[in-house]
Amino acid sequence: MDLVLQLLFTGIGIGAVYALVALGFVLIFRATNVVNFAQGEFSMVAAYLMVVFAVDLGWPYWLSFLIALAGMALLGVIFNLGVYYPLRHRTFLPVIIATIGASILLANSVLAIYGPQPQVLQGWFETPGIQLGPVYLDSQYLLIIAVTVALVIFNYWFFERTLLGKKLQATSQDKEMASLLGISVSTMIMITFIYSAVLGGLAGILVAPVLFVSIQMGSTIALKAFAATIIGGFGDVAGAIIGGLALGVIETFGAAYVSVPYKDGFAFLVLIAFLIFRPQGIFGERVAEKA
Amino acid sequence: MSAPSENLPISIARPKPLWLRHSPYFIAAAILVALAAGLQFDGYILNILLQATTFSIAVFGLSVVLGLCGQINLAQAAFFGFGAYAVGLGTTDFHMSYWLCLLAGCLAALVAGAFLGMSTLRLGGHYLAMVTISFQQIVTLVMINAIWLSHGPDGVSNIGRPELFRTSQSYLAFCVAVLAIVGYLVWHLPDTKLGRAMRAVRDNELAAGVNGIDVFRTKVSAFALCAALGGLAGGLFAGGFAYVSPDQFSFAESIVFLTMSLLGGVASPIGSAIGTGLLILIPEWLRFLKSIPGLYLAIYGLFVILIIRFMPDGIWGFVAAAFERWRARTKAPPAAKALQLKPATVGGDIVLEVTGLSKHFGGLKAVDDVDISVRRGGVHALIGPNGSGKTTTLNVLSGLYKATSGRIVLDGTDITDMPPHQRTAAGLGRTFQNIRLFRSMTALENVEIGAERPGNSMIGKGGDAALTERAMEALTFVGLGNRANELITSFSYGHQRLIEIARALAANPTLLLLDEPAAGLNSTEKLELHELLKRIAAQGLTILIIDHDMTLVSEAAQHITVLNFGRRIADGESMAVLRHPDVVSAYLGSE
Repeated sequence: MDLVLQLLFTGIGIGAVYALVALGFVLIFRATNVVNFAQGEFSMVAAYLMVVFAVDLGWPYWLSFLIALAGMALLGVIFNLGVYYPLRHRTFLPVIIATIGASILLANSVLAIYGPQPQVLQGWFETPGIQLGPVYLDSQYLLIIAVTVALVIFNYWFFERTLLGKKLQATSQDKEMASLLGISVSTMIMITFIYSAVLGGLAGILVAPVLFVSIQMGSTIALKAFAATIIGGFGDVAGAIIGGLALGVIETFGAAYVSVPYKDGFAFLVLIAFLIFRPQGIFGERVAEKA
Repeated sequence: MSAPSENLPISIARPKPLWLRHSPYFIAAAILVALAAGLQFDGYILNILLQATTFSIAVFGLSVVLGLCGQINLAQAAFFGFGAYAVGLGTTDFHMSYWLCLLAGCLAALVAGAFLGMSTLRLGGHYLAMVTISFQQIVTLVMINAIWLSHGPDGVSNIGRPELFRTSQSYLAFCVAVLAIVGYLVWHLPDTKLGRAMRAVRDNELAAGVNGIDVFRTKVSAFALCAALGGLAGGLFAGGFAYVSPDQFSFAESIVFLTMSLLGGVASPIGSAIGTGLLILIPEWLRFLKSIPGLYLAIYGLFVILIIRFMPDGIWGFVAAAFERWRARTKAPPAAKALQLKPATVGGDIVLEVTGLSKHFGGLKAVDDVDISVRRGGVHALIGPNGSGKTTTLNVLSGLYKATSGRIVLDGTDITDMPPHQRTAAGLGRTFQNIRLFRSMTALENVEIGAERPGNSMIGKGGDAALTERAMEALTFVGLGNRANELITSFSYGHQRLIEIARALAANPTLLLLDEPAAGLNSTEKLELHELLKRIAAQGLTILIIDHDMTLVSEAAQHITVLNFGRRIADGESMAVLRHPDVVSAYLGSE
């Protein structure tokens, strides 16, 4: 029982990271109807930025954190201008391929600069964790869960309660109408890319002390996050979060009770099962194309 | 847009038989095989040639799935690995015949591809991209961790070759021969029934469905074929290099395959071969790039973005497009006979019997308990103000929406629960309000896809010549026969509408559904459309038309059904219905 509780805690912690990246996926998908395959690389790049500033240069953690997030915002801008924007009038296939190209470019550029050796990033807190009854609560996991909860609340407030959030929603639902109402569609898409790059970066920085900082972390996280969005129901914000948490838990239990080397395979099995039996996910999917 | 033009050149030149027209290809291929067998290469050159040959076959697979069918596959290296490991493990650990292993590898890849496709291809392309990446990662995981089977990271060495091709030189010749044969098949695929279906699916899935194509099966076929070609290529690769290890079949290699395909031109095997050749040679020339891990892949990633942005059709696509434009201008289309429409019939007065049809979207009753019966040989109009449920009715009839309740019987067959392509096979033809043509094809090719409807009795056994002939007749019927070989994009809006009608007519439907055919046409074009409808009706084809244009409707239709707020408010002979007080108030408002 103790082990089960412990695994549950770890699973939710790691699932929260998937949920954050999944949220980034969903936001871009809703704004542009495109799945950004470089979303995971945003996390990876942010983690390496932390390594550069906090470890290699030895700057204070909070300062490195702010610089890394600013760097992610910049990357979001570059990504939008260089990859998405020129292709915005094309069908989704070229855009997907371009984002895949971008993900390869980002991952291997970092590899060329930093080499294949995984890097270590310390957690935010000095205290490694606290013992609560039978369960040991790792401080980094606690932080991850807390930040995720805070971001979900922020996200809700931002999209439902602010004018900018409503403009973003309007853009994602009907670009032509939004532009006729005086909303600058290209600005809204730019904001979406910045926001989701920062979100992905945040997830990467949070998870870096738990995993190693490596080239593969981006694609691994992205894969899980995508599976999470399908499990939750594609394009659904709540679904992405629930799906992410569920996947983290399934994977942690799978690794503990079934097999460690195949840990990364469980997400895929769950994904295939959902695609076959419930492709619309837990929360249903957007309607099909109109004739 | 008038009667069939009479002044077409009467050229009844029979095309030369296929084997004769294509003999240059086979002669060239035979010379290449002879060169591969005869020339003395040193080991380094031999390896590069062997790699280029086997990789090209794998990239052919991508040209089928991505180029022809518009579906993405990011796991081609995994399928390549299936073939390679089948030959590797089969010939070493299990002491099986090379040929058997090669076959087993192809089959394993085919089955895996078909399964992956079946689980994903009903959904959008995003799913497919992610699922293939996931699959690729799993295969790599298994190759590394299932040491009892795959030998793990050490890989498999001392892989056997067939007795017949023991030397590297003769093996290369064998691979070149396979390349030539597979290349020929892939080159010809677009002109076969399956190939045309794939292109139609790529260009417009909805239109493909209502033209009688089983969209899902077509996509799965393309995907499985691509995987099988990957398996074949992998098997050849393993025999050639005698050693395989997991890192040769990683996600990075899938990206290399994708880049090769995109660079050369995704639509053609020639492009595949060009792309593969270049991307094998360039890294050999720029070896220093490989000294820094990641650098050459980073450059590939950048390549992918730049190609997609600036050269979406690749090197060969660029060359071929120029050639096509020149050919469309020079090649005169063959002359055509007059179009015959012989709508099938099981007898009986009523072609389409719709009873109690409802379609609800959540709480909204878009169509509510509607009855329509369409008489054979007449023009029946379905009218109503905006939002009255006309187009929804049409979409339920053609199977794009599923009816909430009610029954649809077409010429004695209950089609209520059929998917769109089966309804088309049962004799339904339709056009769309917002034109849905296959935009990368010529007018003739579009209409050919219509003519290929399963169950079309007007194309005999359905050979290529019969299809072309039928399509030409249909195009000539709508007055566009002399522009048959032009791409859709070069036609005006009104002409595109006519091509869509020709596409439906070529299928020789039992019932033709026209969704607002007059929308967006100017007054001359409307008159011509009216003439066209008369000529269609004169041949006994039943038409169900939706339109706003009251002049067109009242002149063309003998029978009118009026919908308002999803319900039928009037039904009967045209003039009587149009004078009906409910209809007048629905259109003009009541006092």
